[in-house]
Amino acid sequence: MNRSIEYLLRRLGFYALAAWVAITLNFLIPRMMPGDPAQIMFARFKGEMSPSAIAALRETFGITDAPIWQQYFTYLRHLLSGDMGVSVSNFPEPVVSVIATGLSWSIFLAGSALIISFILGTSLGALAAWRRGGLLDSIAPPLLALLGAFPYFWMAMLALFIFGFGLGWFPLWHAYPEGTSPGLNLPFILGAFYHAALPAATMIIASLGGWMLAMRNTMVGILGSDYITYARARGLAPRRVLIRYAARNALLPNITGFGMALGFVLGGALLTEIIFSYPGQGYLLIQAVRAQDYPLMQGLFLTITLAVLGANWLVDIVTLMLDPRTRR
Amino acid sequence: MNPALLFKQMLANRKARAGMIIFGLFVLVSLVGPWLVQDPTAFTAVPHQSPSWEHWFGTTGQGQDVFAQTIVGTRVTLAVGCATGFLVVLLGAVIGGIAGYLGGRTDDLLSLLINVFLVMPGLPLMVVLAAWLPPGPMTILSVLVLTGWAWNARVLRAQTLSLAQRDFVLAAKVSGESTLRIVTAEILPNMLSLMTSSFIGATIYAIGAQVGLEFLGLGDISKVTWGTNLYWASNDSALLLGSWWTFVPTGFCIALLGFGLTLINFGVDEIANPQLATESRWARKLKNRATADGSTPVVAGGVR
Repeated sequence: MNRSIEYLLRRLGFYALAAWVAITLNFLIPRMMPGDPAQIMFARFKGEMSPSAIAALRETFGITDAPIWQQYFTYLRHLLSGDMGVSVSNFPEPVVSVIATGLSWSIFLAGSALIISFILGTSLGALAAWRRGGLLDSIAPPLLALLGAFPYFWMAMLALFIFGFGLGWFPLWHAYPEGTSPGLNLPFILGAFYHAALPAATMIIASLGGWMLAMRNTMVGILGSDYITYARARGLAPRRVLIRYAARNALLPNITGFGMALGFVLGGALLTEIIFSYPGQGYLLIQAVRAQDYPLMQGLFLTITLAVLGANWLVDIVTLMLDPRTRR
Repeated sequence: MNPALLFKQMLANRKARAGMIIFGLFVLVSLVGPWLVQDPTAFTAVPHQSPSWEHWFGTTGQGQDVFAQTIVGTRVTLAVGCATGFLVVLLGAVIGGIAGYLGGRTDDLLSLLINVFLVMPGLPLMVVLAAWLPPGPMTILSVLVLTGWAWNARVLRAQTLSLAQRDFVLAAKVSGESTLRIVTAEILPNMLSLMTSSFIGATIYAIGAQVGLEFLGLGDISKVTWGTNLYWASNDSALLLGSWWTFVPTGFCIALLGFGLTLINFGVDEIANPQLATESRWARKLKNRATADGSTPVVAGGVR
């Protein structure tokens, strides 16, 4: 058990290092660019924001006349107290609250897509391996390879064009119908599911192949092992061998994948959200870039990175609990 | 294996040959195409026209010829894609090679660097970097290299590590060969096929990511590339006006080019590991896709 704790702490140290690199990159990138970062950052808003607001922003980002290491510590101090500044394009809303709204939509859309895709993909993969060379096993892989050659966002555009614009089955943008107010009321909840359906479907189709093939390949390996042959020879029901003996063990690598995918859920499915104008993290990031809202942009990058790192550590813990071999 | 021999074997391999023909066609189009079509930026016709004899692929929302844009866009897209692929593998080989060959402290430090870059989410980093840098193909190129080298470095490090322990390398060391000669004459030739397939994989990744970034409006939108074509298509509300011809041809070109490159990689794979050639190649390739070139953005799992 001590070894596991040591292992987890070592991993935690690694993620802390990666987080520090991300935070430092976030600090350095604006300062490495030609010109005065504060000027670039707030140029667009000279007329719209009072000089005192700009001064406050400069202070938050540590872009002062102080020496660079002093700026760096100011920046770290603000970050640690959860202060990421004020969003310039949503002035005067603080960056943290803008991100919180985006985060909930991202978790709803990408989270449900991930869960459906994971369950569907792993089951199909297990079945394909069980009936190796069967219909499913021979049709799905080449089909998925063909789909994989197209850029994802292009397929999403096509789906929006055909099912949203052409056939009119799905709404063209936003996360809930106009005229409903967010909260626990039926029209809003139904509307939110309806709006998420098409974007989620494109994400599921795009990611299904990965889960399916990963599961299939591990299953094929496991089905060849001795204990499966023994279970079969004992005359156990094929269903029981498939689910309790083979699939259960083949699931491990996919769980690792699931954890990593979780990190990307928090980061929002960037391209999906942009094409479907879905107000999650990714959409916010691009809006921030287009509006030159640098404080929001930096805050989003940091949140996404930290989410990914956290999810990775979670995966380490779960794998350790599920797979006794890593404990040694 | 020397480069000439590998090329000869690739020509003899059915899949690699087909892939090289597709790739060659695109290279040809990118070289001579721009002289054969009209000016892609000229506002020549009525906007939003569907495909016709004068305009094979129709016109954009600003009355430009989509066929000309698709042809001319090939050049920059392909050039940036291949250059990125090359630089990513070069950087990966240098860093991964040094780490794998020297081992010890150097390896620990470089591996740490590689792992930090691997665990960082690529697409958001690309977007933030591209937003700060002045827009243009050079920016796209450097952003893609910076976010993409780590995967290749890890693969090439592992390969160097295993080669450095082989008997023939040890024999060369014992017989007093210089490090430079061991690396260039003993190790590199044995990594040629791996580096070739890494290059092709990196190019596929680079084309996809480049088109994605430009589609988001992070490229130089005054240049004609496949990505900016799609950016303008979405900006001119192609989706809402029903002008499918402004984005369908570009998508097919990207898919065809990617397919061609993947075919070459199948071929290289079969040449390098003849014993693997009997296993289902589609499945193996797709599995690699899902885990390996881990940076095609979007959703986790499949298209990560």
